[in-house]
Amino acid sequence: MNRIIISSISGILFGVGLGVSEMINPNKVLAFLDVTGDWDPSLAFVMAGALLITTIIFRLILKRDRPIFDHHFKLPTKQELDPHLIGGAALFGIGWGMTGYCPGPAIAAIGMGLQEPVIMVLAIIAGFHAHKFIFDK
Amino acid sequence: MENFTPVPAFAGGLLIGLSAVIMLLFNGRITGISGIMDGIVINSKHGDRVWRICFLLGLVLGGFLFKLIMPDSFIPRDGFSLVLLITGGFIVGIGTRMGSGCTSGHGICGIARFSRRSILATVTFMLTGAITVYLIRHMTF
Repeated sequence: MNRIIISSISGILFGVGLGVSEMINPNKVLAFLDVTGDWDPSLAFVMAGALLITTIIFRLILKRDRPIFDHHFKLPTKQELDPHLIGGAALFGIGWGMTGYCPGPAIAAIGMGLQEPVIMVLAIIAGFHAHKFIFDK
Repeated sequence: MENFTPVPAFAGGLLIGLSAVIMLLFNGRITGISGIMDGIVINSKHGDRVWRICFLLGLVLGGFLFKLIMPDSFIPRDGFSLVLLITGGFIVGIGTRMGSGCTSGHGICGIARFSRRSILATVTFMLTGAITVYLIRHMTF
């Protein structure tokens, strides 16, 4: 129960953060990526704000033996810089640049009562299924 | 650059960072949205779905609250190409699974842990994102 309350709170904060920062606005995202055009660097400050917090506090948290409501930390373990990582990230960037949405803002924007992000999320889920079909994992 | 808004962007970033910190401190998890989605629709394990669904519902509620608090913050995009949206969304789906993460998991949580994979992934998707926007906006085919 505790874990469910935490993930709900975390989700709400994340969603409000995406809104306040305007990551939730695909036009803003595309203006951020449009470095050779009328570039709007605002969204670099989203990453700066988030990383300021996470870089410092993650370090302190990970000194603990375990999280407060679970037995151990579940962190990614892969280390290799493989073609899957680079190819996948490259594809993700292409889709991001085509639409102006990455997964988080697409989901949060549904809460604004818009139709576009619903279509985006469904297309992302279709992509998940396609990945499973292609790589059969 | 009349739309330059560093202060709300930074403030929103702090909230996102706080969200990731709470998730790691209490639940021991990385706040990577595509991974959280994946654990519901593809690799779902018994007893591991509810927190993911609650996180995503929280995300939607966050978007709703933002709209409630700041209703006039920006004008929603209208008349965007459906073909571009669906194709791009599909590519985001495949890419984030192949590359094990998106802007949140790699860009915020991974870089914070100085993960080489996340740093490489973030540089890569920023670069291909910028190239894609360049091709769509500034090239005439």
